[in-house]
Amino acid sequence: MKTFRMLFAAVALLAGAAHAALPIQTWTAKSGAKVLFVESRSIPMLDINIDFDAGSRYDPVAKSGLASMVNGMVGLGAQGLTEEAIANGFADIGAQPSGHADSDRAGAAVRTLSSAAEREAAVALLATILQTPTFPEEVLSREKGRSIAALKEAETKPEAIASKAFSRAMYGKHPYGASPTVESVGAITRADIEAFYRANYGAGRAVVTMIGDISRAEAEAIAERVTANLPTGSPPPALPAVGSPDSKIQRIAHPASQAHILVGAPTLKRGDPDYFPLMVGNYVLGGGGFVSRLMAEVREKRGLAYSVYSYFMPLKDEGPFQIGLQTKKEQSAEALNIVRSVLADYVAKGPTPAELKAAKDNLVGGFALRIDNNRKLLENLAVIGFYNMPLDYLDTWTANVERVTAAQIKADFAKRVKPDALASVVVGPAQ
Amino acid sequence: MTRLLQVLASLAAMLFGAGALAAEPTGTFETTLPNGLKIIVKEDHRAPTIAHMVWYRAGSMDEFNGTTGVAHLLEHMMFKGTRSVPTGEFSKRVAAAGGRENAFTNRDYTAYFQQIHKSKLELVMKLESDRMNNLNLTDVEFAKEIKVVMEERRLRTDDQPRAKLYEAHQAAAYTANPYHHPIIGWMRDLETMTGADARKWYSTWYAPNNAVLIVIGDVKTAEVVALAKKYYGGFKPKVLPARKAQDEPEQTGIRRVNIKAPAELPFVMLGWHVPKLTDVEKDSDPYALEVLAGVLDGHEGARITKNLIREQQIAHEAGAGYDDTSRGPTMFFLEGTPANGKTVVELEAALRAEVKKIADSGVSEAELKRVKAQVIAAQVYKRDSIFGQAMEIAQYEMVGLSHKQIDRALEKLKNVTAAQVQAMAQKYFGDDTLTVATLTPLPISGKPKEPPKGLRHD
Repeated sequence: MKTFRMLFAAVALLAGAAHAALPIQTWTAKSGAKVLFVESRSIPMLDINIDFDAGSRYDPVAKSGLASMVNGMVGLGAQGLTEEAIANGFADIGAQPSGHADSDRAGAAVRTLSSAAEREAAVALLATILQTPTFPEEVLSREKGRSIAALKEAETKPEAIASKAFSRAMYGKHPYGASPTVESVGAITRADIEAFYRANYGAGRAVVTMIGDISRAEAEAIAERVTANLPTGSPPPALPAVGSPDSKIQRIAHPASQAHILVGAPTLKRGDPDYFPLMVGNYVLGGGGFVSRLMAEVREKRGLAYSVYSYFMPLKDEGPFQIGLQTKKEQSAEALNIVRSVLADYVAKGPTPAELKAAKDNLVGGFALRIDNNRKLLENLAVIGFYNMPLDYLDTWTANVERVTAAQIKADFAKRVKPDALASVVVGPAQ
Repeated sequence: MTRLLQVLASLAAMLFGAGALAAEPTGTFETTLPNGLKIIVKEDHRAPTIAHMVWYRAGSMDEFNGTTGVAHLLEHMMFKGTRSVPTGEFSKRVAAAGGRENAFTNRDYTAYFQQIHKSKLELVMKLESDRMNNLNLTDVEFAKEIKVVMEERRLRTDDQPRAKLYEAHQAAAYTANPYHHPIIGWMRDLETMTGADARKWYSTWYAPNNAVLIVIGDVKTAEVVALAKKYYGGFKPKVLPARKAQDEPEQTGIRRVNIKAPAELPFVMLGWHVPKLTDVEKDSDPYALEVLAGVLDGHEGARITKNLIREQQIAHEAGAGYDDTSRGPTMFFLEGTPANGKTVVELEAALRAEVKKIADSGVSEAELKRVKAQVIAAQVYKRDSIFGQAMEIAQYEMVGLSHKQIDRALEKLKNVTAAQVQAMAQKYFGDDTLTVATLTPLPISGKPKEPPKGLRHD
C-alpha cells in the first residue's frame, strides 16, 4: 500500500523533477536477462512476465506463423510434464498463465497469489515450461490443425481479409507484411519449432518484468530461476528495410453488408523522437475517442459508421499509422472520400490551438489512468524494458506531451504521413 | 427518518472507524436518497483515479415488440446534449478533464461510466446527473444516431455469423420472455424507430428511483454522498411502470434452429433452461451449476479442453458457460466448432456425453478443489481493477441482489460438494429444455457448398 501511495503522489507532483519517481528497479540476471521490477504490497499477488525478441518478424518466408506456433507450444509439454499436468498445476494454485506473440515480442506471463506456496509453485512451473519444452509431435500436429482451421475461418471474414491485404500493401516483402497461410502453417515441422526456440528464446534477448507483493531479493531469485537454463540463443537474422507502401487502392469483393476500409503506411519505430508530436497530433485526428475529427465528420455529423479511428503503433521497425472504419457498402466511396479529405486537411494545416489544448488536457489529465493498476503497470514495464526506453519514460511522459507544439505536429505529420502515398484497402463492394 | 439515521450512523462508522474500514478490502458504503437513488461507494486509495458509474434498471427486456433496440438507442442519445450542455459537449468536457467514458446496454440494464482523476469527481457527477433529468432529445440528432446504430448492428451482428447464431438461438429458446429479442434490436424496428419512441423511453425509465450510482476509487465516502445529494437530491422520483411477469412457458421438447452465413467452420450452440440466483442464502443449485461449468471449462486442463479438443480431437474450440445473475431467466451453454472431418452432430453428442459422464460418475475431489482454487484466487485478483469491482457490484444490484451478498455467495460456492455437481448434471440436461442452434457455413462467393454428411437435423 505504501509504495503505491508514494509512487502516485510523486507522479502527480512531478512535472519535470530531476530524479525518477516511479520506483522501477532494474538489473541484469546472471543469465544475461534484463529485469524490471516494481514492488507493490497492496494486494497479495504477483505478476511475472517474460518477453523474448522472438516475434513473427523472424518467421521464415515460407513458414509464416512459426513464431506464434512456437509460443503456443511452450506450455503444451515440458520435461516430465504433459500438457494436462501443466494446466492442472497452474489451476491447482489458482494461477493464471498466458502466452503472447506479436510481430516483435513473444513470451509468457503468470499471475499468481504471492503467498509462498502458490508463488513458488507458479515460478517453478513457469521456469519448467520455458526451459524444457518438449514440443510433442502429436500436440504439434493437433495445434497445426486448429491453427489452419482458424486461418480458413479468418479468410471468410471481411475484417481479417482487409487486415491481411493491408499489411501486405504497407510492408511488401518486409516480414511485417506477411500473414500466416494454410500452406505456411502446414509446412511447419517439429524441427522448425525446436530450431526457432533454440535460436530465439535465449536469456540474452529476454526481458523479465514483475510487479507485486515480493521483496527485491525475492524478485532477484525469481528472475534467476525463470531465466537460468534457457537456450544459448543465436543472433537474429538481418531484416530487410521497410520500404514505401503500395499506394494503389486494393478492392476485394465480399458479401458482407458493410465495407471494411483501412488506410495507412509504415511510420514509426519505438523510441523515435517524433513519437510525442505524432501521438498528440493523432489524438486530434482519430485517437481521441468521441472527440476526434474523424469521429466528428464520419459518425457524429453523417452517421456513416459506428467505429472510426486512427493510431500510430511504434514497433522495432517502422510500425503502422492506420485509419480504419466500417460502413454500409453503398456508402463506402463517400466515407473513404471524407476520410481522405479530413486527413489531407489535417496534414496540410495541423491542429488548431484549441484542438492542441484539448489533446494535451486529455493526455496529461488522463495520465494516471495509464498506470492505475498492476496489469497496466506491467505492460508499461514490459514495453520500457523490451524497447530499451529510458527508465524515467513514465515520469517524463506528461512533460513530453506538454512540450509538443502545433508546428511540430504539422511538420511531423507532413514528414511521415503522405496522404497521396498511403496503402488503402476496401473489402466489400464488388469492383 | 429511519433511513436518514442509518446513513448518519454508517457515515460515522466510516469516518471514525477509518482505520479498520480502510484495511477491509471489501468494505463498501451504501445509502439511498429520499428520491430513491441508491449510492454505493468503495474507497480504494491505491491510485488517484476513480470509476464513476450510473446504472439504470432498464434494458432490452423492458422493451416491447416493434420498438426493440430502443434501450440501446437511448444509450447513444444520452451523449447528444441536454438543455445546458450542447450536443457533443459531454464527451468534450470529460475528455478535457483527462477522462475516459462510455456506456453499455444489456438485457437487464443500461450503464454509463467515466474513469478519471479523483479531482474530477464533481465534474463528472454534475454532467452525469444533468443527463438523468435534462436530456434534449431532438429529431435531428435522432435521425443521425439511428444510422450509427444500424451500422453497429451490421458490424456486430449481421456480418458476424456467430452473433447471428446466438440471436437465432435466443429467439428460439425464449418465445414469451423478452429475452427473445436482441439487445441491439431487430433491423426493421430500428428502421421504423422515431425520436418519439426514444423520448418516451427516457421519460419512462430515467429516474433516480430506477438508478444506482457507484463510485469506487480514491475518494472520501462522505464527499461522494454530499456531492450526490447536491446533484441528484433535487430530482423527483417517477412512478415506474409495473414490470409484469413474462415468464417463459415450460419448454416441453427439443428445439432446433439453423442459420447459413459466410464462414468456413460450422458451429453448434446448446442451451438449457436452468435456474438463476434469486436468494443467496437459500439457493443451492446456481452455485453447483457454476462449479459444474468450472469443471467442464474453468481452465486449460478442464474436461472439455482435455477430452474434446486434446484427446478425442472432435472439436477445434469448445466451451461451457453459465451466468447465475440476471433479471430474467438464464441458461447453461455448451458450444463449439467441430474439428476437421467432424460434424456438428458428432460434437453435439460429444458435448452432451461430457455432461452425461458427470451425471453417471460424478467429479473428483481434485477437480472440485481446482475449481475452488480459481474462485479463491480470483477474489484477490479482482482487487487490481476498480472498474471490474464496480461492474460486479452493479450487476448484483441490477438483478435485485445486494452487493453486500457477493462475498457470501462466493462462500456458498466454495461449499459446493461433488454430489451436488453430479446432481446438477442429472437434473437439468435433458432433451426437453434444450435449444440447439447450428451454423452452416456458406462460401463467401454466396453459393452453397456440398454439406458434409450428417449435418442435417430433424
